[in-house]
Amino acid sequence: MDQSVISARDLDLTFQTKDGPVHALKGVSLDIEKGDFVSFIGPSGCGKTTFLRCIAALEQPTGGSLTVNGLTPEEARRSRAYGYVFQAAGLYPWRTIAGNIKLPLEIMGFSREEREARVNKVLQLVDLEGFGGKYPWQLSGGMQQRASIARALAFDADILLMDEPFGALDEIVRDHLNEQLLALWKRTQKTIGFVTHSIPEAVYLSTKIVVMSPRPGRISDVIESPLPPERPLEIRDSKEFIEVAHRVREGLRAGHSDDD
Amino acid sequence: MSWIVGALLFWAVAWAVNVALARSPWHGSRAVRVAVPLIFGLTLLVLWQGLVRGLEVNPVILPAPTDIAATFANSTDVLWVDFVQTVLKGALSGYAMGCGAAFLTALAIDRSAFLTAGLLPIGNFVAALPIVGIAPILVSWFGFDWHSKAAVVVVMVFFPVLVNVVQGLREADAMQKDLMRTYAASYWQTLVKLRLPAAMPFVFNGLKIATTLALIGAIVAEYFGSPIKGMGFRISTGVGRLAIDLVWAEIAVAALVGTAFYGIVAMIEKLVTFWHPSQRVG
Amino acid sequence: MHILCTTHTYAYGAWLGKLMKRALPVLTVLAVIVGIWYLGAWRMNMPWALQQAERAEQTLSTGELFKATMNQTRPRVPAPHQVAAELWSVTGEMAIKGRAMSKRSFIYHGWVTLRTTLTGFALGVTLGILGAVAITYSRVSEMSLMPWAIVSQTIPIVALAPMIIVLSNAVGIEGRGVPKAIISAYLCYFPVLVGMVKGLNAPGPQQLDLLKTYNASAAQSFFKLRLPASMPYLFTSLKVAIAAALVGTIVGELPTGAINGLGARILIGDQFGTPLAIWAALIAATCLAGVLVVVIGGLQTVVLRAMGMAR
Repeated sequence: MDQSVISARDLDLTFQTKDGPVHALKGVSLDIEKGDFVSFIGPSGCGKTTFLRCIAALEQPTGGSLTVNGLTPEEARRSRAYGYVFQAAGLYPWRTIAGNIKLPLEIMGFSREEREARVNKVLQLVDLEGFGGKYPWQLSGGMQQRASIARALAFDADILLMDEPFGALDEIVRDHLNEQLLALWKRTQKTIGFVTHSIPEAVYLSTKIVVMSPRPGRISDVIESPLPPERPLEIRDSKEFIEVAHRVREGLRAGHSDDD
Repeated sequence: MSWIVGALLFWAVAWAVNVALARSPWHGSRAVRVAVPLIFGLTLLVLWQGLVRGLEVNPVILPAPTDIAATFANSTDVLWVDFVQTVLKGALSGYAMGCGAAFLTALAIDRSAFLTAGLLPIGNFVAALPIVGIAPILVSWFGFDWHSKAAVVVVMVFFPVLVNVVQGLREADAMQKDLMRTYAASYWQTLVKLRLPAAMPFVFNGLKIATTLALIGAIVAEYFGSPIKGMGFRISTGVGRLAIDLVWAEIAVAALVGTAFYGIVAMIEKLVTFWHPSQRVG
Repeated sequence: MHILCTTHTYAYGAWLGKLMKRALPVLTVLAVIVGIWYLGAWRMNMPWALQQAERAEQTLSTGELFKATMNQTRPRVPAPHQVAAELWSVTGEMAIKGRAMSKRSFIYHGWVTLRTTLTGFALGVTLGILGAVAITYSRVSEMSLMPWAIVSQTIPIVALAPMIIVLSNAVGIEGRGVPKAIISAYLCYFPVLVGMVKGLNAPGPQQLDLLKTYNASAAQSFFKLRLPASMPYLFTSLKVAIAAALVGTIVGELPTGAINGLGARILIGDQFGTPLAIWAALIAATCLAGVLVVVIGGLQTVVLRAMGMAR
């Protein structure tokens, strides 16, 4: 076992449905190192979200092996090894923003002072100082999503799993949040797994891009990004960026079966 | 004749005022929202008064509102005794016990998806049944005093509340439950922090339905036997003795109590579920 | 439409499996309820059985005691099979003897209750729909009526029942049927009103604007858009309303000295001290409610399917 934080070997996941078995994942092998920012990209049905949910022990693989921090996913979940961000912010409407961020802290038994301190810290991290007393429905969609990221950061797990967190937001807000996410990743040194279906987003954010294809859900390409760690938004017009994006697009096209 | 003309004139003027208010730029304001229905209600009372006086209706059949008000003012002691007997002892104690029992039952069966799936359709059906019919049975079991009335109320409010709590506990969506799983939250933590708050709009829906049922149950049960006090007792004997104005005064009390009871529960609902889209407006 | 197509592709076995999956929990809970009922009958009737035995200076074995709690003529809690037998004796048995419409037959009393319920239902639904149309199209009506409609449901109408009978007798509407129908209508108009207000306002601004671009008249937009769009809401509220109408009828029959109808049988059973009759009437009312809800549900399926809105 080397430095891998997440390690998958020949992972299979088959759902039994009325129309017969569906291979959501087949023979997926992947290593994610500490501090990596890994994007999973592919068309719907390629298993990118399913893979993320396997890591989080929200789905049970039917074959192969998967370890998180050297533990089984279930053990890792119980030791609260990761924070998870869903596509919808999913904030509780009856709690304020600060109250929502405190939710995992209450469940995990942090003391009152510790909770206050952590809320203030993560609100700062996601640029939401002063909004702690607001209710979610009083904020914009982008702010809600930032609050949900703060909620995932609050208990300081080393791994952050994000399932299309910006998928429902418009492009301008998304650019802004991407920039903030990169800054946050650099400051916190977390290992991030990020599901997306936007090529520019994947290339802009990641140190490693995992291209997946459907039927059966599998990895068709893994691209180590040559981009420097320092990434202003303008980098998206650079030659390297366009080359990586091209390779991702090629990978997606190759993986596409001809029936759609 | 002048009574009728006067009443109809009042109706016409009041309606015109309401139309003007509803079309005015302030139609959304709170004051107008309250004033319009009040004016409408007042109109109905004036019309009632005018028709009873103008057509010289026998007061044994239908007394005028002013006569009822006079009786109301003269017999507050009787009305109070009946209020205590029927509302405080019968309806309220039964309401508290029935809602509490329904809530605990819902929590008890919550852990079994099988039981929930079986109980929900049955509970929904039973909630729609004329359960008041068991009143004579319960009166024969628990005697004439308020205990049997409370028992009827318990049975009547139990199923609507049960169904709503069970339904409400299923409200939390899959994503929010997954979130709790990622925190490795226990069953009770998920229940207290997620599922109960999410269930509150449903719970209050059940509690509001139960307010009216509680009063109906307490009053009907008194038709099947009661000590010589209570609203149901007064109404059923009053009709026989042609003390119609006292009966109407009791009905006025029942109406006021029913509306106030519902209003109080609705107010608590507003405080608890302030976050729900249906409460946020305005 | 989509759903219609897929249901046909389901194999029959899968359909049966799905039905079982839904029916099994319900049947289990029903079985548990009947079990609790038997237990209750055994427990509640035991004192009397013991007392009788003591008077006859006998000692009962457990089996004999159990038997003695299951066949009393005036039990505190009649056992389910006793109620079933009682119910059969006043329905099926009378029908076989050709006395279905005699005064002792529950078929007759059920029919009386059903007639009143349907009258009240028709009245209530009409009022509810008219009210909803008025509220949708006139702001004065909405502001004046809606709060009172809500208040009307918080008033325990049974308090009014005796009065309504006095009044309708005075006005000259003879017969007990009409006042009971009024109570029944009072209970069932509200769900229809609320459901129809929701339904008539179901079309979104885009759909209403589209008709505006066609320069459609108010009547056209009502009959071509609002009314069809409200149908799913209407049927959902009709199911609530028919049950409410039955509750209203029975409540109306209870305290008003009626002699015909299932509610009146409960009252008479109480006065004559025959608990079996009360329980049988309650179960009969339950069956009637079930049949009515199922009928409306069937109507809903047929109509919505014909309109292409089936779910």
